[in-house]
Amino acid sequence: MSTINQSGWRPEAPQSGASAAPATYTGNKALMLEEPLLFEIGDAARTGVDLPTPPQVASRLAGLERHKPIGLPGLSEPEAVRHYTRLSRQNYAIDLGLFPLGSCTMKHNPRLNEKMARLPGFADLHPLTPVDGTQGALALIDLVATWLKTLTGMPGIAMSPKAGAHGELCGLLAIRAAHEAKGDARKTILVPESAHGTNPATAAFAGYAVESIPATAAGRVDVEALKAKLGPDVAGVMITNPNTCGLFEPDMIAIGEAVHAVGAYLYCDGANFNAIVGKVRPGDLGVDAMHINLHKTFSTPHGGGGPGSGPVVFSEALAPFAPLPFVERHGDRYVLVEEETVAEEGHSDAFGRMVAFHGQMGMFVRAAAYMLSHGADGLKQVSEDAVLSANYILRSLENTLEAPFAASGPCMHEAIFSDEGFADGFSTLDVAKGLIDEGFHPMTMYFPLVVHGAMLIEPTETESKAALDQFIGALRSVAERAKAGDAALKAAPIHAPRRRLDETAAARKPVLVWKEPVQAQAAE
Amino acid sequence: MRYLPLQPEDRQAMLGVIGAGAVDDLFVDVPAAARLSGPIADLPMHASEQAVERQLTKLARMNQAAGDQPFFLGAGAYRHHVPASVDHIIQRGEFLTSYTPYQPEIAQGTLQALFEFQTQVARLFGCEVANASMYDGSTACWEAIVMARRITRRGKAILSGGLHPHYVSVCTTMAKFTGDVLETALPSLDGTAEQEMARLIAAIDSETSCVVVQNPGILGRVADLSELAAACHAKGALLIVVVTEPVSLGLIRSPGEMGADIVVGEGQSLGVGLNFGGPYVGLFACAEKYVRQMPGRLAGETVDADGQRGFVLTLSTREQHIRREKATSNICTNSGLCALAFTVHMTLLGEKGLRDLATLNHALAVEAADRLAKVPGVEVMDGAFFNEFTLTLSKPARPVVQAMARNGVLGGVSLGRLYPGVAALEKGLVVAVTETTTAEDVAALADALEEALA
Repeated sequence: MSTINQSGWRPEAPQSGASAAPATYTGNKALMLEEPLLFEIGDAARTGVDLPTPPQVASRLAGLERHKPIGLPGLSEPEAVRHYTRLSRQNYAIDLGLFPLGSCTMKHNPRLNEKMARLPGFADLHPLTPVDGTQGALALIDLVATWLKTLTGMPGIAMSPKAGAHGELCGLLAIRAAHEAKGDARKTILVPESAHGTNPATAAFAGYAVESIPATAAGRVDVEALKAKLGPDVAGVMITNPNTCGLFEPDMIAIGEAVHAVGAYLYCDGANFNAIVGKVRPGDLGVDAMHINLHKTFSTPHGGGGPGSGPVVFSEALAPFAPLPFVERHGDRYVLVEEETVAEEGHSDAFGRMVAFHGQMGMFVRAAAYMLSHGADGLKQVSEDAVLSANYILRSLENTLEAPFAASGPCMHEAIFSDEGFADGFSTLDVAKGLIDEGFHPMTMYFPLVVHGAMLIEPTETESKAALDQFIGALRSVAERAKAGDAALKAAPIHAPRRRLDETAAARKPVLVWKEPVQAQAAE
Repeated sequence: MRYLPLQPEDRQAMLGVIGAGAVDDLFVDVPAAARLSGPIADLPMHASEQAVERQLTKLARMNQAAGDQPFFLGAGAYRHHVPASVDHIIQRGEFLTSYTPYQPEIAQGTLQALFEFQTQVARLFGCEVANASMYDGSTACWEAIVMARRITRRGKAILSGGLHPHYVSVCTTMAKFTGDVLETALPSLDGTAEQEMARLIAAIDSETSCVVVQNPGILGRVADLSELAAACHAKGALLIVVVTEPVSLGLIRSPGEMGADIVVGEGQSLGVGLNFGGPYVGLFACAEKYVRQMPGRLAGETVDADGQRGFVLTLSTREQHIRREKATSNICTNSGLCALAFTVHMTLLGEKGLRDLATLNHALAVEAADRLAKVPGVEVMDGAFFNEFTLTLSKPARPVVQAMARNGVLGGVSLGRLYPGVAALEKGLVVAVTETTTAEDVAALADALEEALA
């Protein structure tokens, strides 16, 4: 446990530019190793794969063979392993330290999950294997589906959506299908202004007009404003609960009743389900559809941005419209319901297919390992520890940073702060970059939009008290520097593999693929 | 509770700092009527690592893994050998347990790997740019149709009969809700690739936003798309090419070279494994002039404050977290770890390895087709193919496949499963052959077919 500089501000802190011009011959700094691009070190003849000589046969390609080089440099195995290992060391990761991204639930990824997902019976199983040879896979999908339905208190489920946003789309399409089945095509979805960007984007992608609901000063949905917008043209309302300010929507039941009274459906964005698993069931709050991010709540790895998995649970009203495919149990045999058997299995209202095959099986296995490991008692403890840790951060830092909703009562799984009180010219971005030098991944920045310079912090339940204390101390120290106007903070990060990167230049003249340097082309 | 570091005394100390008497005081906003008191009764309590392992291993053993018997299934998911170092690398914690690279200074590993991935995909497809991956091939296919609508401002897409039926299904499902018009067709066992090209060319009109064609097609057929591309461009439509078997591009001319405007595909063949259908990795490439209409994430090159080269996520003004309801797509994530597996496998292969692998796949498939053609009651389709071809059997193929599976041969994908109720296709059996297929496997399939068709 390092000692924390409580005041945080050091007049002798390094100045901007202190890390410029590496002093070593290689540009490396001991364990911080530079790595060129693959295209600068590989070549077309080099390979890390040995293959047998193919049999001599007459080609059946009707003259469609490639003649031009593709441009794919290869590496031998040792070079490839080193290339990617060096690259990996330029990444922050949960395995290295606390990853306090709000609304992302960056919890520990148990390695048992990885081991189970690699069992040949799951990993080496073709999706179109005759159903008799997939009974164990279907049983596993049914197991995860049963847990999700039980934990949410909702009777229907679609397992196939590939990610959270895909799950949102699935939920909204079910809502549309349900309205169309009644001959009542509605045009509008209401979305709180504090919602994640995927909510309005999904509603638009599903063909709806989007209207925004304001938030109250206490960080919650303005229920009166919502009721005023409800009418015969509203198809549904998307609520995130717990919301993106880290607060539970206490009027959720009343919201659901008002939504249902005008014939609309209540969609819940389940991004923050980790706060309430085993504490409350969304089905008991009037929710009609909710996606669950297995990569957040159930510990499947984020993997540097996917793959996720976003199953959707449905109320009685929407369950019949869930998309294909799904698993049915007949006694001790499982059936995969696809286009062919949809009618005989009594699912004629299924709105169609969202993906090829059956969804993210590899993620279902990981989620199953996690669910079984924790059990009903453990999942409840997870929620309690996640909420306890977030409140501990909120109360430990509310005297250092402005906490706009501190007076609203306890937060749930995440704590939110604003940039109020920073010296002129200092921003949330500076604090985030200062945290990088302290050895932490920054919190979510500038989201939700309803808080100025928002800093959204979600510690999760898998951090020790010592780790939380170190993070609190580090953030306090960096925040004090921002408040005091410590010019050195503007140069942060100075200890990361790269200093601040020029994102404006990247967007102005996008370089999205590697191209041969001009002089090399000229020499040819 | 092996995954929970907090001890009872920690919890007490933290409650003290918060000023709460008990953890339940933190849940006061949850309506009392809906609050649960004890653990949910219908679920088991926590279990040891060994107990969980035992339970899941039992389920895994109930499945017919591809490697356990002669195996010939393809149709959009292919069994290839993945070098051991691929899985070693993607299991490194720095890759496995990192987040979307929104903080580029401490995510250069992911960003540089994605930049390399984008370059590999663009080159493989013969396009100028590629994105950092999509969920899978089927969803990438629909996103390409939406993108073509945006670019051409026309709402009709023509889908080839050779497009994977699940991809067609995903697109028709989405089009039901968006109002896009899709013209679809079934594949034909006795037609040719040239006839399908002619049919598509004749169907293009001034309302057509795009033609979507898969190469190799669902039956395994390979075609020259140059004429189709020219016909699309003459009428102001785009050509979208779908590739579900990227290994084929080690041997076959790329869609970009044939004139495709957008190329999408499934990258599962390289690095990813079968996984019962997911997670997979969608590939998406196009001409540079369309890049601002592209869905999904993009890694781009830039410099840092010291002038050092580095990488960032870029052009995010297209994306949902900036544009909200005006975004090019609602897609938020990519398929990062699968994209990493793809790029590592591709790096290990390199140009030579990919060409050799494709050559091997093709040669083994030709040998297998010739062997199976000798089985009484089996006809091999005419025309060009890569590593997958269709047999027409003397009986409906689906019961034949099931009978062979019971006898320990996974003999292919019956068209009856892919196109239920289409009588004209029920005798079709799609057979895939890769570098994992041995001569003994082919002999076993020939014997199993002979027995089933006798």
